[in-house]
Amino acid sequence: MINYAMVIDTTACIGCGDCVVACKNENHVPAGLNRDWVVEETRGEYPHLYTEFRSERCNHCGHATCVTNCPTGASHYWKDTNIVLVASEKCTGCKACIAACPYDARLIMHPQGYIDKCTFCHHRLEQGLDPACVSTCPTGCMYFGIMNDPDSHVSRLLRSRIHKTLLPETGNIPNVYYLV
Amino acid sequence: MQRREFLKFSALLGAAGALPGLLGGCSAPPLPGSGEVSTRRTVCNICFWQCAATLYTENGKPWKVVGNPEDPHCNGRLCTRGTGGIASYSDPDRLKQPLIRVTRNGKQTFRPASWEEAFDTIAGKMQALAEQHGNDRIALFSHGDGGKHFQRLLQAYGSHAYARPSFAQCRGPRETAFGLTFGEGVGSPDRTDMANSRCIVLIGSHIGENLHNSQVQTLMQALDQGATLITVDPRFSVPASKSRHWLPIKPGTDIALLLAWMNILINEQLYDREYVDQYCHGFEELARHVQPYTPEWAYLETGLEPALIRETARAMARSAPATLIHPGRHVTWYGDDTQRCRAIAILNALLGSWGQPGGFYQQEKVDLPPYPAPKPPEPKHDWMAAVQGDYPLVTTGISNALIDHSVGPEAFFKGWFIYATNLTTTIPGIRRQLKQAVESLELIVVVDTMPAEITGYADVVLPECTYLERYDDLRNKAERTPTLALRSPAFPPRHNSKPAWWISRELAGRLDLGNYFPWQDYRDVLDWQLQQVGSSLEEMERIGVKAFPRKTPLYFESGKPVKFNTPSNRIELYSQHLARTGYDPLPKYTPPERPPEGYFHLNYGRAAAHTFGRTINNPLLFELMPENTIWVHPASAAKLGVGNGEYVRLKNPEGTHSHRIRVRVTQRIRPDSVFMVHGFGHTDPRQRLAHGAGADDAGLMHNVKIDPVMGGTGMRASFVTLVREEA
Repeated sequence: MINYAMVIDTTACIGCGDCVVACKNENHVPAGLNRDWVVEETRGEYPHLYTEFRSERCNHCGHATCVTNCPTGASHYWKDTNIVLVASEKCTGCKACIAACPYDARLIMHPQGYIDKCTFCHHRLEQGLDPACVSTCPTGCMYFGIMNDPDSHVSRLLRSRIHKTLLPETGNIPNVYYLV
Repeated sequence: MQRREFLKFSALLGAAGALPGLLGGCSAPPLPGSGEVSTRRTVCNICFWQCAATLYTENGKPWKVVGNPEDPHCNGRLCTRGTGGIASYSDPDRLKQPLIRVTRNGKQTFRPASWEEAFDTIAGKMQALAEQHGNDRIALFSHGDGGKHFQRLLQAYGSHAYARPSFAQCRGPRETAFGLTFGEGVGSPDRTDMANSRCIVLIGSHIGENLHNSQVQTLMQALDQGATLITVDPRFSVPASKSRHWLPIKPGTDIALLLAWMNILINEQLYDREYVDQYCHGFEELARHVQPYTPEWAYLETGLEPALIRETARAMARSAPATLIHPGRHVTWYGDDTQRCRAIAILNALLGSWGQPGGFYQQEKVDLPPYPAPKPPEPKHDWMAAVQGDYPLVTTGISNALIDHSVGPEAFFKGWFIYATNLTTTIPGIRRQLKQAVESLELIVVVDTMPAEITGYADVVLPECTYLERYDDLRNKAERTPTLALRSPAFPPRHNSKPAWWISRELAGRLDLGNYFPWQDYRDVLDWQLQQVGSSLEEMERIGVKAFPRKTPLYFESGKPVKFNTPSNRIELYSQHLARTGYDPLPKYTPPERPPEGYFHLNYGRAAAHTFGRTINNPLLFELMPENTIWVHPASAAKLGVGNGEYVRLKNPEGTHSHRIRVRVTQRIRPDSVFMVHGFGHTDPRQRLAHGAGADDAGLMHNVKIDPVMGGTGMRASFVTLVREEA
């Protein structure tokens, strides 16, 4: 099995939202909906402050509760990877996956009546390209690669830098990592 | 079968109200890019960084726009606005056909017209105006690539007056100050060598919110390599959040800090003595001048601890000459802006960073000959002497001065061409003059892609097509690597819009000036120029960007003398030009005015999602940031009784109210200041998304400070308070 991961360096992220716009263009995401978004978190009191920007999306979990909770099998792992996709022709729009996702990453009801979400741009991976968000990021703060290759850039970054994931306590085994 | 029926039905329910989706409801949508994909090379026009890019269409429809990896402006990565630029093509609110102002039943309105009629109307008025007042009485305001064509047109006609708001409303003080000090300006792209800097100091500059692409990229590169970032800003800006030191300075006191830094560098012998001896003029005068400005003195002005001032000065010296005191970009703040920028230039000189790796590099552009065409005749009068003679050091148009000289029957200017700039919100405090000017001017022509407030003043509105539908001149900037980049159209012009080169040529024909525009198709001009430098239009349409080898050194060469374009031929710490023209030859500090009780310093700036007001109506970018907010410190918000997310109106001491704007209560700002993103609060209902969204800062500026050296409009001396909206 191939374990894809995204690594985002919050110390370089400026919260510009380019990832959001690039995703919308690349994937024809309808107006009003997003597959990724940016969070700003400020801690401390003036003038001793810390601000973190995070580009967030589906975590393509190793143990994806959206997949296990989908009644029709529409939510599934792509090929032999951790990339979670929704087969629109099998999706009834029941929203069980939305309830099961700890990250609110599936909030999209596509106008055509199925649940839509980040695909890690699997159509680009097949062409050897990074996801659209990663390839456009003007600060170069986003990285994409294979976790089970110890020599991949993402593996090396995670070995050498302090990092975190969001809500690891859910046991979902998220695959979007944040360098802090 | 039953089960499939059920699924289909469910999908239909989910798609209530989205009729076009019904048919395809249960089949998997095709993967992006699986249709017929084609590409075209372009240069982004959403801001003025001009990144080269590739536009992708799928099945003939716009798909995406992506940075060209060969382009040093973007290195293959467009910014937020550039990525969203594709939506400017499909914006339903674009200007669609020429419009002519008419009076109907006593009420003025625009009526759609043909290009022929629009041209005849303009040409008729221009000829009458030339006969009555002379042919040098039309001024051009331009902020965009196509402006050159109208500049050529008006020069051929006889009017040379030309102003770009990017001077007197933006970079002018910096260009003037660096010119006085080093004999050259900073230019655009800025000649900052940040990728190699070991220490970077930002003074009120918020790179990262201000997304000039390779500036952002090289700043991040420097930080990745461990450079020290020092940010001086009343607000905890994005770069402040990446900084080793954030100096939350009292607004308007930057010169005090800069003088104190000079004081430390000189008195602690931390400056680059060898560099100063070799290149600089006036060190003794400077050393004497800065003696009173100790960190303890500066503390009282700036509110910054003396220890912090010393520590940061020493950090700068440790990394010198790879220390960049960033010159900023929008620097028209308090009216003493040229002097502040001079202080920045002097500080860089003391650190020896001008002409050195990690400081400022030397720029070079491609030697690209102009297409052979007759040269417009020399002007009959010196229009600069007539309208901006008070500013002898300025060699370019001062937009606010041109406007002042357009008011009243005796005014110098009788007509305006306005290309791609919404003067009403670009230039602060001119709404009254603008209304008066509109009464006295005999002709106002606006050329733009979108309707905006300024088009409301026009006699004739000419719709230009967007950058995705036209050729423009080759991008050829003085920069690190000389490069050419081509903007070629991905689509034919929508509606009845046209490119600037065509509009100007056609209008020239109506004025019997067609010989100045000897091209049928602008492709011929571009191809001829490219052939002269060993390329061709065919090649550029294929590759988009072409780099040329440098002929001059990137940095000063050690041991070799440098001749600076100043009176002393040296870097002028003490400016002889300023002394001779009666200004302070060394920067002086003037304490800024403080807000009246209950009021706050009004600070404004950029956001990553927008370029001033011009992108607010872009559907993709509007979605990302549909309104601005007013940042308020929690203590101030509590005093005012306003809560986070609540709508308020801003009021200045003259009683002017803004549109409503949401409060953002945040620790990220000084309690004596508020902050808002510029560009919102559009009042033109023809921009259906932008209309009424957020508030406009420019309309609140009651205290515009004119820079005595270069005539710029200082925009940070105004005050506002927050007024709660009655529920």
